[in-house]
Amino acid sequence: MTEIPLIVPIGTLPVTEYQHPLMQAYWVQLDTQFKPVEEVFEAVMEEALALLTRAGIKDYLDAARLIGKLGRGAEPMLAFLEAWPSAASTLGEAALPEIMAVIDKMQRSPNSKAITPFLQTLAPVARSVQTQAQMQHYLALTLDFMERTTGSIHGHHTTFPSPGLPDFLLQAPFLLSQLSLGGLKNWVEYGVRNYRSHPERQIDYFTVQSADSRAVLQRERHGTLFMDVERRLDLYLRGLWQDSDQLVPYSSAYDEIRKPIPYYDKLGLRVPDVFDDRAGVTGMDRYRVVLAHMIGHRRWTTTQVADNWSPFQRMAVEFFEDCRVETLLCREYPGLHRLLLALHPHPVEAACDPLTTSCLRHRLAMLSRALLDPQHGYHDADLLDFTARFHALMAEGEASTGAIATLALSYVARTRRQTDQLAKVHFDDTVIDYRDDNRQMWRFIEEDDEGEIADQHRKMDKSEELKGLPPRHYPEWDYQSQTYRPDWASVYEGLHPSGNAGDIDSLLQKHGALAKRLKKMLDLLKPQDKVRIRYQEEGSELDLDVALRSLIDFKGGAQPDTRINMSHRTDGRDIAVLLLVDLSESLNEKVAGSEQTILELSQEAVSLLAWAIEHLGDPFAIAGFHSNTRHEVRYQHIKGFSEHFDDTVKGRLAAMQAGYSTRMGAAIRHAAHYLGGKKADKKLLLVLTDGQPADVDVHDERLLIEDARQAVKEVDREGIFTYCINLDPKADEYVADIFGRQYSVIDNIQRLPERLPELFLALTK
Amino acid sequence: MNTEQYTIQTEPYYQSQGREVALYEAAYAARLPVMVKGPTGCGKSRFVEYMAWKLKRPLITVACNEDMTASDLVGRYLLDANGTRWLDGPLTTAARIGAICYLDEIVEARQDTTVVIHPLTDHRRVLPLDKKGELIAAHPDFQLVISYNPGYQSLMKELKQSTKQRFVGFDFDYPEAELETLILAKETGLDAAMAGRLVKIAGVARNLKGHGLDEGISTRLLVYAATLIKHGVAAQDACRMALVRPLTDDADIRETLDHAIDSTFA
Repeated sequence: MTEIPLIVPIGTLPVTEYQHPLMQAYWVQLDTQFKPVEEVFEAVMEEALALLTRAGIKDYLDAARLIGKLGRGAEPMLAFLEAWPSAASTLGEAALPEIMAVIDKMQRSPNSKAITPFLQTLAPVARSVQTQAQMQHYLALTLDFMERTTGSIHGHHTTFPSPGLPDFLLQAPFLLSQLSLGGLKNWVEYGVRNYRSHPERQIDYFTVQSADSRAVLQRERHGTLFMDVERRLDLYLRGLWQDSDQLVPYSSAYDEIRKPIPYYDKLGLRVPDVFDDRAGVTGMDRYRVVLAHMIGHRRWTTTQVADNWSPFQRMAVEFFEDCRVETLLCREYPGLHRLLLALHPHPVEAACDPLTTSCLRHRLAMLSRALLDPQHGYHDADLLDFTARFHALMAEGEASTGAIATLALSYVARTRRQTDQLAKVHFDDTVIDYRDDNRQMWRFIEEDDEGEIADQHRKMDKSEELKGLPPRHYPEWDYQSQTYRPDWASVYEGLHPSGNAGDIDSLLQKHGALAKRLKKMLDLLKPQDKVRIRYQEEGSELDLDVALRSLIDFKGGAQPDTRINMSHRTDGRDIAVLLLVDLSESLNEKVAGSEQTILELSQEAVSLLAWAIEHLGDPFAIAGFHSNTRHEVRYQHIKGFSEHFDDTVKGRLAAMQAGYSTRMGAAIRHAAHYLGGKKADKKLLLVLTDGQPADVDVHDERLLIEDARQAVKEVDREGIFTYCINLDPKADEYVADIFGRQYSVIDNIQRLPERLPELFLALTK
Repeated sequence: MNTEQYTIQTEPYYQSQGREVALYEAAYAARLPVMVKGPTGCGKSRFVEYMAWKLKRPLITVACNEDMTASDLVGRYLLDANGTRWLDGPLTTAARIGAICYLDEIVEARQDTTVVIHPLTDHRRVLPLDKKGELIAAHPDFQLVISYNPGYQSLMKELKQSTKQRFVGFDFDYPEAELETLILAKETGLDAAMAGRLVKIAGVARNLKGHGLDEGISTRLLVYAATLIKHGVAAQDACRMALVRPLTDDADIRETLDHAIDSTFA
C-alpha cells in the first residue's frame, strides 16, 4: 500500500476536509470522530476502492459506521476497516451480513469485548478458510463457543462473558494454520467441555498454554503425524538402511519465524512431528526422504574441520556434500530419485538479480538441482562445468567428503561476486526442506573445547531424582465426545506402609472355622481336571469312535488308523489374579448393625482370600488405590505376584488405611498393566469396592463411571477378565454399566470375609 | 524292492556356499548322521538332494508332522485276509536298502517319535522292530539326515540334547547377496540385474526379522518371484505377490516392504 501524506492538519477541525470530494463524501458517510480512524482513513479507502465494488463500498462504510456506534471505542472500527477489504476479496462481499450478525450477537451478550479480536483476526482467518461456506462454519463455531462458555446465574441470564473467547479469536489464525476446520472444532469442543466451569484454565487452554491444549492440538493437526507412523518409520530404517537409531520428534507448530530443521545427534534422528503432503509426495514419503538423507550423511560423510573456511565456503561444501550423499542414496534405491526431485525446489534461472541481491543461495540451489536432475534446463556456463565435474567425480565411485569439499571450494572461488555480501538475500525457492542442518558435518576446533566444559557444568545430580517411582499417565475416557483425554490421570505407585503382621494372624484365627470350610473347597479345586487325549497308539482305554472308523477303513481296503486308544492327563490351573482394593474415605464408615468398619471387614476378607489363594498356588497380587483429583491417583502395592503371603505382606495388610476418592479407571488400567505382563492362560482382575467411581475434581457423575466401563473394555481386549465385588447396596444403579454381568453385590457386608474367597473359588472353578 | 524310484536321476542345481559339499562327503564316508539347520527356504533340502545325487545313493524323504508316530517311521502290521502282514516304514526301508533317509523338519515330530532313531545313529547302527521281533542291522551305505529350523523360537519345538548330540551339523543361512543373485539367475534364467534387485528386497525383509517378522524372505520365495517375472509378470507385481503378501499380515511391515519394492524398481 502506498502512503499518501495527509495534507490537512489532523484533529483541529470537527470535520476533516479531504481534497477529493469523493473521499469527503465517504468520510461523511462513515460519520465518525475517532482520530485514529481519521489517520488511516485515506489509506484504507485506497485499498477498499481497489478491492471492493461500488455497492460493496457502501456496505463497507455502513457496516463500519454501525461498528463505530457500538460504544466500544475506535478499535473495532479500525480493525474492521483494515480487515474487511482483503477478507472480502477472498470470501466475497456476500459474507458481510453473516459477520455483522455475529458482531450483533456479541454485542447483545456480555461478550462485546470479543468483537475487537474477532475483527482483528478476520483477514488472516479468511485467508485460511478461503470460501464463504467454510467461513460460515467458523462463525457458527465461534457463536457456539460463545454461547456455551458465557456464564449464567441460576440459568436465567447470561451475565459473565466467556473467559476464553477473546483469546481463542486471537489464536484463530495460528490454529487454522495448524488444523483443518474439523480439527479446530474438535479442539474447541474439548476445551469447552472440560473447562467450561474453570475460567483460568479455560484461558490457559484457549491461549494454547496448557499441556493438554497442546496435546489435543497435536492430535488434531492435519498431515501425517509422527506418532501415527513411528513404527513404520522404524521398520523403514531397519529394513532399508539397517539402522535402528532412536527417532525423536520435535514440534514444528510453535516456531513460526524460524522453522526447525531435521538433524541428528547422539540421542537420535530428529524429525518434525508432522508432515503435510507436498508436491505430490505423501507425508509418509517425506519422512522417509528426510531419514534417508540423514542416513546418507551417517554413512558417507566424514567430519570436516570448519575453522578455516568462511561461512559461504561451508555453505557451498554443504550443498555439494548433500548432493553427493543423495546421489549415493539413489544408487542404493533408484526410486528415491523421483521423491527427491519432487521435493527439491526448481529455482528459475533469472529469478535473482545479482546487482541488487545476494544470489549465493539461489546459485547453490540451482546447482543442487542441476546435480540431481539431468533435465534441469539451466544454461549458466559455470553451473554446467561444475555439474560435469561433479558427475565425473561420482562416476569414479563414492568419492569422499574431502574430495567434494575441494570441488566446492573451487566452485566458490570461480563464482564469487561482490554482491554476495549484500544483506538482501534471495530466499525464494532455495530452501530444501528435507535436508538436515548438517551440524554433524563440522568440527570447530576452538568452540568445541569450550562446549565440553560447559557440558560438564550442566551434568545433573542424579541422586535427587530416584525417590519413589515416577508417575505413569493414563488417558481418561470422555463419554460425551467419545474420545480419550490424553495423559489425563497421573498414577503414583508406592509401597503400602507396614504395620503389625500379628494382627492379620489373629484375624485369620478368628475365622478358623471358615478357613476350615474353605480348605475343603480348596482341596476340591486343586488341579485335577482330567483332559482326554485322543489318537493314542497306546492308551488307557479304547476310543470307540476312532476304533470303529479304523475298522471301516480296513474293511474298505484303506490304510486304517492304528491310534484307536485314548488316555487322560490331569490339567493344571494357570490363573493369575490381581485384587484391587478400593481404599477411599467411605471405607471408614461403620457397617450398619456392627462395630466394625467396612475397612476392617475388607481387611479380614482380603486376608482370608490371600490365605486361600496362597494355598492354591495361583500367582496372586494385591494392590490398594485411592485418588485425590486426577493429578494424584495413588496405587499402593500390598502384595506382588512373586511375594508370598508372609509377614511383610501381612504387615502391609494390617496397615491398610482409607482416605480420599475413587478414580477407578486409572487404577484398573494400571493394574492391568501389571497383570498383562504375566504369562498365564487366564488373568483375573478382582475389584473390591464400596461405591461408585467419583473424585473431587469431577462434577459429572457419569464421567468416571463411563471411564471405568471403558477401562474394563480395554483390559478385556488384553485378555483380562475383570470382576467386581461391590459392597454398596445401591450398586445396581451403576455397577452393571461398568462391569456388565461380571459383578456381585454383597448386601450383608458382615459376611464379606466368607463371601470373598467363596466367590473367587466359584469364579475359578 | 524297487530302489530305483528313490534314486535321483538328474543333477539338481545346487550352488555351494562354502566347503559344505566336501564336508558332507567326509561325513558320509564315515557314515556319520548329519543334521542341517537353517531358516525356511534357504536350500537345506536341495543340498541333501544334491548330495544324494552326487554320492549316487537313493534318497528317502520323510516330511515330519506332529501326528507322526514311531510306527509311521518304522512300519506296522496290517490286517489282511490271511491274518496280518508287516509293512516296512520309510526308515526301515532306508536301513535295509542302504539309502540316505532324510527326516525333514524333525522338530515337528513328537519327541517320543524321534527316540526311535537313536539306535541307528550311534555306533550300533541297528533298528529294532519291537512288534516284529526283528533287529535290522543297517546297510553299510545307510545314512540318516535330519533338518530343522531353529528359528521357531518355541520351547516346544526344540530337539532333545540326547537327539542333538548324535549328529554332525551344517548351519545354513541365506547366501550372500552376490551368490544369491547368481543362484536366482541360474535357477530361473533371470538376468543378473533384476535378480540383484530381488535379492536387495529380500535383504530389507531379512533386516526386519525379529521386529514383526519371524522369518525374512527366503531364497525359495525369490525363486518364485523370479519365475513370475520370467513369465512376463511386471516386476513390482511379482514382488508384491511372491515376496510380501505370503510373508506377513502386518500392515506396517507390508507398507515398508512395498515401499522398498517401489524404491528398488524406479
